[in-house]
Amino acid sequence: MKDGHDQDPPLVRLDAAELHFPVGGVVAQLQGRATVVKAVDGVTFELRRGESVGLLGESGCGKTSTGRMLVRLDKATGGRVEFDGEDVSGLTGDALKRFRSRVQLIFQNPFEALNPRFTIRDVLAEPLENARIPRAEHEERILRAMALVKLGDAGQFMDRYPHQLSGGQLQRIVMARALILEPEFVVADEPVSMLDVSVRAGVLNVFRDVRAQQGITAIYISHDLALVRYVCERTIVMYLGRIVEDGPTEDIVANPLHPYTQALVAAVPVPHPDQSHAPLPIGRGAPDPRNPPSGCTFRDRCPRAFDRCAVEAPGPTYVQNRIVHCHLHEPKT
Amino acid sequence: MTQPLLTLKDLSIAYRVGDQDTIAVEGASFDVQPGSIVGLVGESGCGKTTLARSLTRVLAGNARIAGGEAIFDGRDIMALSERAMNGLRWREIAFIPQSAMNSLDPVYTVGTQLAEVLIRRGGLGRSAARTRAEELFEWVGIETNRLGDYPHQFSGGMRQRVAIALALALDPKLIIADEPVTALDVIVQRQILDQLRELKERLGISVILVTHDISVVAYVCDRVVVMYAGRVVETGPMAATLTAPAHPYTMGLRNAFPDLASAAGELTPIEGAPPDLASPPPGCRFAPRCPFAEARCRTDVPGLDIYDGDHLAACHRIAEAETLRARAVASETWEAPA
Ligand SMILES: Nc1ncnc2c1ncn2[C@@H]1O[C@H](COP(=O)(O)OP(=O)(O)OP(=O)(O)O)[C@@H](O)[C@H]1O
Ligand SMILES: Nc1ncnc2c1ncn2[C@@H]1O[C@H](COP(=O)(O)OP(=O)(O)O)[C@@H](O)[C@H]1O
Ligand code: SF4
Ligand code: SF4
Ligand SMILES: [Mg+2]
Ligand SMILES: [Mg+2]
Repeated sequence: MKDGHDQDPPLVRLDAAELHFPVGGVVAQLQGRATVVKAVDGVTFELRRGESVGLLGESGCGKTSTGRMLVRLDKATGGRVEFDGEDVSGLTGDALKRFRSRVQLIFQNPFEALNPRFTIRDVLAEPLENARIPRAEHEERILRAMALVKLGDAGQFMDRYPHQLSGGQLQRIVMARALILEPEFVVADEPVSMLDVSVRAGVLNVFRDVRAQQGITAIYISHDLALVRYVCERTIVMYLGRIVEDGPTEDIVANPLHPYTQALVAAVPVPHPDQSHAPLPIGRGAPDPRNPPSGCTFRDRCPRAFDRCAVEAPGPTYVQNRIVHCHLHEPKT
Repeated sequence: MTQPLLTLKDLSIAYRVGDQDTIAVEGASFDVQPGSIVGLVGESGCGKTTLARSLTRVLAGNARIAGGEAIFDGRDIMALSERAMNGLRWREIAFIPQSAMNSLDPVYTVGTQLAEVLIRRGGLGRSAARTRAEELFEWVGIETNRLGDYPHQFSGGMRQRVAIALALALDPKLIIADEPVTALDVIVQRQILDQLRELKERLGISVILVTHDISVVAYVCDRVVVMYAGRVVETGPMAATLTAPAHPYTMGLRNAFPDLASAAGELTPIEGAPPDLASPPPGCRFAPRCPFAEARCRTDVPGLDIYDGDHLAACHRIAEAETLRARAVASETWEAPA
């Protein structure tokens, strides 16, 4: 990771960021049952300008919550979230407006992301209006955004309503809307999970190419490493609100270090017959963010857990160009 | 070869919209052997759900069997009276609907819902039903003390397992599962697929697994049926069909899938979209998207022909499949014609 870019200040920086949600109402509080869900619990990473990073992990591990914090749809309840050197929690008024035009979130479900009563033209004009872009520039900007996402024959789509488009076309419109203000940073939350596999490839290609061309910094959220690998050079793996591994995607694919990442990699099905059917190296059951185990939160499903895992949460260990949070990888003392 | 458990012969299903018929499934033919998992793959809208639902005769109100038969254990499902069909459901053929995990009744505990099937449909007594429910939960890997929980207390993956337990309740010979893992995480997905395979091996159950993911097919299926725009375009043993597909559509699907086991390559989409089934093109329905289409493809419907043994494909150029496969690997082949 030591190259010239390291000198540049990061565009995005999370420092022990937390997003805790209180759960349970008044009754639960009286009975002493009220708790917090630690959706994000002490996450630290930096993104260099132009980097594209996958956020990987199973359902409920805090990927979307991290994304929402990064674009300030939610305010961090602890730690710090910085964008271009500024603490985003403190942004107000015009500074917040400016921030909102520099970062964009692409939602999981294209079928819900668009107002069904808006034509595609309205959908794309809305962010321009909000950013007070002069009307005269709208048409040209809209056409440019549609060309970017390879909806070349724009005239054909402009006056249609969302339900008149296919899922793949809709997801491209959602992307065009996110890109129309030329953001510097995009968080894409499982943008293809609702799409048919045969159209995924097209949408992924668009995302990858546009991102690279425009030098956009991106977070790509998914539970499928096969997809993340296709769009991101670096991957951050999360489990129960915490980072467990962070490093170059290809290294993680070839040689996952954390026991959870090992299970995730083993679980990805491949589209040809010669593959392993060995049982996954992970315990059954779903992680419960309201009641995580002490010490390492993965220990109740970890096939390699030992005494220390129950008492001490593993901190970051640097292994070559990777960061791993697991006692097995700590230097022997 | 043993006697198939299910044989589809030229099955067609139509939906009536206004005064027009849409043929959603046209002339589908394939076999399901006892104790095997058959993957039914294809893009959204190609007729997978319609075909799957027809096999338990739970079609929409505007649907009708437009022709053909489905012989299950010697009886034609399509010709059975509603009463006789009712006798087959759950006991012989069980259905796990698309998004089954959202189809459980939120006001009853999962134990109550299981007991309902076991007692009302299976004629079991209360205590026998209780024992059976516990056994089913053990099979699908859920703690038996969770029988008293409501659906919302389970994660999506666990609800999907409950749906599998329900399908298994009365020991069916055939389970039809419509996209059982599509919405799930890779780890949960893998655990559920392992479960289906184990049930097949342990109980000799057959499964028709509807999916649009050929990786899922590669992981659990013994055979594949590939559908395109309402027709079966290729069918054969899983390994042969995925490694040496004989139909250009299957070749295209293969390119569109990310593959973690090999070097990170290009993903090549199949440009365009399937045709509107209300007015499909004449000839081969894949012709508008097929890089190998010739004049005859646009006029003559290709029939399912033998490619190799029990590996069949419906393509005029089936004899050239090997050459086409070699060309299909290159992404330029699939670029949209300018
Ligand atoms: N507003 C909220 N109030 C309470 N808990 C919440 C809230 N939002 C999220 N959570 C909880 O925080 C945890 C992380 O949720 P998040 O949506 O970030 O997961 P995710 O990794 O994006 O999952 P998925 O893959 O299912 O989208 C979950 O346990 C979730 O139920
Ligand atoms: N109730 C219905 N009325 C009319 N058309 C329908 C109905 N249900 C499905 N269709 C149409 O039938 C075709 C096949 O649908 P379906 O079997 O659901 O496909 P798949 O499961 O492969 O996605 C599609 O064109 C779909 O729009
Ligand atoms: S710290 Fe212990 S429990 Fe956690 S992943 Fe490492 S070995 Fe497993
Ligand atoms: S019949 Fe013709 S158009 Fe159809 S798949 Fe074969 S080559 Fe392509
Ligand atoms: Mg999410
Ligand atoms: Mg379907």
